[in-house]
Amino acid sequence: MRIESPRRYTGDLVNLGQGLISRDIFTAPDIYDDELERVFARSWLFVGHESQVPNNEDYILSRTGEESVIFNRDRNGKLHVFLNNCRHRGMRVCRYDKGNSRKFMCPFHAWTYSDQGELIAVPKLDTGYHNELDRSKWGLIEARVYSYRGYVFACWDAETPDFETYLGDLRFYFDDYCELPDGSYGEWEAFGGILKWQMPCNWKFGAENFAGDFYHNPSHASVDQVILSPAGTKGRHTYDGVTKQRDAWKLNIAVTPQGHTSRGQLFKDDYDYMPTYREMAVVENYFRDCYAKRQAKLGEKARWFGHGGTIFPNVSYSNGVQSMGTWHPSGPHQTETWRIFLAPKAAPDEVKAVLRHYVIRYQGPAGLTEQDDMENWGSSHQGARGTIARRHDFHYGMGQGHEQEGWPADWLGGEVHATEDVSEQNQRAYFTRWAADMDRPPTADRIHPPTNAAEAAE
Amino acid sequence: MQADREQLLDQLLLGYEVEQFYGREAELLDSRQFDAWLDLLADDIRYWMPLATNQEAGNWDREHSREGQDLNWFDEGKFELEQRVKQIQTGLHWAEEPVSRTTHMFSNLQVEPRDDGHIEAATRFLVYRNRTNVETDFYVGKRRDHLRRDQGGALKISRREILLDQHVLLAKNLTTFF
Ligand code: FES
Ligand SMILES: [Fe+2]
Repeated sequence: MRIESPRRYTGDLVNLGQGLISRDIFTAPDIYDDELERVFARSWLFVGHESQVPNNEDYILSRTGEESVIFNRDRNGKLHVFLNNCRHRGMRVCRYDKGNSRKFMCPFHAWTYSDQGELIAVPKLDTGYHNELDRSKWGLIEARVYSYRGYVFACWDAETPDFETYLGDLRFYFDDYCELPDGSYGEWEAFGGILKWQMPCNWKFGAENFAGDFYHNPSHASVDQVILSPAGTKGRHTYDGVTKQRDAWKLNIAVTPQGHTSRGQLFKDDYDYMPTYREMAVVENYFRDCYAKRQAKLGEKARWFGHGGTIFPNVSYSNGVQSMGTWHPSGPHQTETWRIFLAPKAAPDEVKAVLRHYVIRYQGPAGLTEQDDMENWGSSHQGARGTIARRHDFHYGMGQGHEQEGWPADWLGGEVHATEDVSEQNQRAYFTRWAADMDRPPTADRIHPPTNAAEAAE
Repeated sequence: MQADREQLLDQLLLGYEVEQFYGREAELLDSRQFDAWLDLLADDIRYWMPLATNQEAGNWDREHSREGQDLNWFDEGKFELEQRVKQIQTGLHWAEEPVSRTTHMFSNLQVEPRDDGHIEAATRFLVYRNRTNVETDFYVGKRRDHLRRDQGGALKISRREILLDQHVLLAKNLTTFF
């Protein structure tokens, strides 16, 4: 246990030179408080997919860190992310999970904001405020927004680099995720609804697990004994039949400066399409056709078969089920996970039906696979809390020193480390980034925001 | 008068039969006789638990996600339920190993025979789940079933709608049957 303040992360709590990480980073309340400021308030955070707000004036509620935000498309089609928080006394100005509106009226004193965030109405502006309130200064608090191929991210820090710089060399892997099955960029469409559920663990357990934990496959042994795959064969992945018969490197990919990660397989050769959905002709034909197009379009790069990964800090993308799972912090000991699933918009209904049916049985709290993940993380979290246990760091040393660059193919990215099969390379990259952010104190104005003009002038 | 009385008696008898049926069902689930529980389900059962969202007045019909189209907590048939049972029975499904203690309660039973022979049965449910040491969950909501008789006259569940009264699921998972 380390309680001295200020804490040091790089080389201390996150002592990756020794392959060790203190359990306190998952449980200590003051570390959690610092994360909200030093990680969440600085990072590009996933808020949703454009197809969740398809029409002008559509909105959904989302979250950044612990806070509720409105993600909307205004009357002119522009995307916004607003803090769902009235400037007057902080009540939520929007209390519906989804809708279509040109304005958001706060229920408390009825300050009313437009879909573009301006404060458009204040009751008794004349008799109460004597027209001394400058409405133009009291609009909704708005984040920077960036839509990357339809996946929308928000950032609260003006100094954070633009999203594409932030993404760095994850671009190849996230592009692969964003590609339609035929290798082109086109429209994905989110199924209606967001799975939202509470998990009794710190938010980083999900993030680091999805970052690169091939090692935990044994915990899913029970799913592999039943039939989950829409191929109708035993196992949980649609691609099990495919990948088992091909020669491939099973890779962990860490984008080292940014701490983003990817997992996947790189086939050693070009392979023909392998029949998968044998009893579903429409689905089979769709994927067969897409496969051929992807091969033709991407050439050698079509050999990359992505499984998913984590974009720092808290969103994990899963290929195949095409989901985005966001680990929203809800106190040091609690996470609220939100998960959406998408399908190619132009795919035949039969394809969408098969995908939808599959994904909700795979991931989420009723998903045969993710159920066991949550058991793992919940128990790990408890295991990080004990007085005696906390004296002993977690081991993150698997495969350390065996990372390779420019391997097995140089087009896999510049500032990228790769290791084969099981390795904790990705978790190390993730926590190296996390520690660097945590070691950087907030700028002065964030520590003690001036409460009035006089104080600010001092 | 006599006819009314007979109709009422028929309903009472049906209500009693359905209540006994649900009592037996709960007993099977709570004593982990999952295979016997599966036998109470018609082969073409639809088992559906939608998500619940907060909607504006006037849009209450959109409160629940749509069967067959949207994301749902469950939207599946018997084959999939059988896989869930098998997974628990592997002894390796760590979310249910060691297995949960559950108590299924139901109340507010209303039965309505329909012309095509099926029976609509609506109840409220309260499912209590406790596992490992102190992990405890309550799942509360409404259940709407369709029941029908097989050739031998035994009741089978041919449709189950489960409306869980939670927006954000408070439990970490849904490994129990409802
Ligand atoms: S809190 Fe919103 S108007 Fe007062
Ligand atoms: Fe897992």
